[in-house]
Amino acid sequence: MKKLMTGNEAFAYGAYINGVRVGAAYPGTPSSEIMDNFSKYPGVFAEWSPNEKVSMDVAIGAAYAGTRAMCAMKHVGLNVAADSFFYAVYTGIKAGLVIVCADDPDMHSSQNEQDNRNYAKFAKCAMLEPSDSEEAKEFTGIALDMSEQFEAPVLVRSVTRLSHSSSPVVVTEKSPPPPPEEPPLYERDAQRYVMVPSNARRRHPVVEERLKKMAEFAETMPINYIEPGDKSLGIVSAGVSYQYAKEVFPNATFLKLGMVYPLPEKLIREFASQVETVIVVEELDPFLEEQLQLMGIKVRGKDIFPMIGEFSPSLVRRCAVNAGLIESPEIPPEINTNLERPIRPPMLCPGCGHRSLFHVLREAGVLITGDIGCYTLGWAPPLSGMHTTGCMGASIGVAHGIDKGGVKDDVVAVLGDSTFLHSGIHPLIDVLYNRGSTTTIISDNSATAMTGFQEHPGTGKTLQNETTKQVDAEKLVRGIGFEKVDVCDPYDIDRMAEILQDHLKSGEPSVIIARHPCVLNAKEKKEAPVVDPEICINCGICLDIGCSPLVQEDEHIRIDTMLCNGCGLCVKVCPQEAIIEK
Amino acid sequence: MINIDFLMAGVGGQGTILASNILAQVGLDLGYDVKKAEVHGMAQRGGQVDSHVRWGDKVHSPLVEENNVDYIIGFEMLEASRFPHFLKQGGAALINDYRINPPVVNLGTATYPSKQEIEALLLSRAEKVYWIEGTEIARDLGNPAMVGVVLLGALSNLVGGDQEVWLKVIGQMVPPKFVELNKEAFLAGRKVTV
Repeated sequence: MKKLMTGNEAFAYGAYINGVRVGAAYPGTPSSEIMDNFSKYPGVFAEWSPNEKVSMDVAIGAAYAGTRAMCAMKHVGLNVAADSFFYAVYTGIKAGLVIVCADDPDMHSSQNEQDNRNYAKFAKCAMLEPSDSEEAKEFTGIALDMSEQFEAPVLVRSVTRLSHSSSPVVVTEKSPPPPPEEPPLYERDAQRYVMVPSNARRRHPVVEERLKKMAEFAETMPINYIEPGDKSLGIVSAGVSYQYAKEVFPNATFLKLGMVYPLPEKLIREFASQVETVIVVEELDPFLEEQLQLMGIKVRGKDIFPMIGEFSPSLVRRCAVNAGLIESPEIPPEINTNLERPIRPPMLCPGCGHRSLFHVLREAGVLITGDIGCYTLGWAPPLSGMHTTGCMGASIGVAHGIDKGGVKDDVVAVLGDSTFLHSGIHPLIDVLYNRGSTTTIISDNSATAMTGFQEHPGTGKTLQNETTKQVDAEKLVRGIGFEKVDVCDPYDIDRMAEILQDHLKSGEPSVIIARHPCVLNAKEKKEAPVVDPEICINCGICLDIGCSPLVQEDEHIRIDTMLCNGCGLCVKVCPQEAIIEK
Repeated sequence: MINIDFLMAGVGGQGTILASNILAQVGLDLGYDVKKAEVHGMAQRGGQVDSHVRWGDKVHSPLVEENNVDYIIGFEMLEASRFPHFLKQGGAALINDYRINPPVVNLGTATYPSKQEIEALLLSRAEKVYWIEGTEIARDLGNPAMVGVVLLGALSNLVGGDQEVWLKVIGQMVPPKFVELNKEAFLAGRKVTV
């Protein structure tokens, strides 16, 4: 039977049917749904960890203990988890450990477009790269088997167009292997698992030797194969780029690589000897191309296809035509238009508590260091509520640094509740320890909202919907030693503004928890206010809160009642009192 | 080689993704190879949401190609107007006669194109542009969020496939208590394009 699955569903399914029983992740687009889906299978343990590094350690621990494990993250999540990932390559593992990481070419929802294939080479770890959902399922199983065969973690790479695309997957009746009847005894082997220098020195040769053996194994893997075709053109490709290349070069000879590191050199040489021209079609970095060049194979790639942004069949075809590899298709006449089509960027939802907070911060004129989450959308005009955003947890350290650098501006750090628990605690300790005076605002909507409302340690629920201890942010920061701490609902903009001024003037390190649960997650919706057309002078001041239901018409402002959430912020900011709560 | 490509364009929250899931499943049930792609994440509410659905004997790319799309299904007028260059000559556009202003229009810094301008633009490739009162039909039936199913009803007349297959998939994919209402919405949409 075939079932349509997204790549992420297929990774989860592949992990389940191949006996993974421990999964850990921190949500991040486009990878979040992998652990969401895995957690629903019977007999598995799945968790949202506070961050990717923790999730990596958890998965490594399970694999040390002899239980197959999976860890999933977005590309930049592996930066957070890299320290753990690297030691696991050295120690190796006992049961299969698969690490799925999803790159985001074109940065649909990310701060950079790093090519995580480089991590495979960097850490000396094997990496498989599926090109559709069926392969996502299959390669997850192959990765687990390989991981046990070589006693090492194996990376599986996804990209947005695999994770978030759907294609048919063969669903089997096969159930996963049953768990052992008796809990296994942990095999204590300190020389292998304690990475003090003397032990690590013994492990490094193991890593190098293993990599050589994996390269030999690559020659025999059925997922690396040649598809015979026209000998004048030989295309080397992997992952979703392979699918685009198949559309554009239907008749070429293909070398389809299921494993992108280490490479099957003999197979590649055999392929190269069969064809007149070797061309690598790969998104982002010339990862395969450079390895082929080092083998002394004459190859083209990045002189034809870009290194920046995401591929598509349109783009691959355009580049191939420009390079003279294929004939230009008969295309309909170009569409010439100068019709203005206004952009529709993502924006804070109507009723979002972050909006009220940013309104208060803008009025105060403070410098704002930001972080990663829904609230990052507040950077754009008209709210213009963020002046820096780099990565998860950066806001507080950057604010402290700006402060110590010495500027006239008042600086506040803004980050969300999930981000705070991800990587905000250590920089907050730093502010206190190093006698800083930064005011940190935790804009708390009580969910990991941007990635799909996942639970986190502050929500009181686990990924598998169990009730658990709830980390109380206020108690936590007081426990660290902060004395100036206030909690306020940002909907109360007057109180919020007062607290902010009090904190800024105090010169003390301080924390404000601005808490209003995400209205989408809490399904909170009140009746829309109405504009009194007799009073409204159409000044447009309410439009400065950047709330989509507010529409400026010829005579006065109108509120789109279908979009409006009834938060009442516009009622509070209207200087004419023309917007009236119902 | 049979290949039918669809491009759905809407605004976050309009149900574009559910509709594209239904369309992809119908394709599979009709015996096609199917792929579907969309971007979500930053576009949860109020942002641009595009979804590509491909039916064919063999489908490689999950993304549709410019100059090759058979049907553009616009959940919102402006969103439909962004993709005329994806249409193949002689393709068709089905557009929900519904406007959601982007913030820049509300702020008065940009102009929303007129219906005539949008239609003319799409007609530079499309053989026909169908305007569908989708949101209104869905609202009359009790829930404007069913607009996607209304549009699929209209589309089903053009692409064919047994009505029962469409209805079965809708029954499987919408929440159980809304199945009957959604089937009604589909049938109402089906009356529009014939």
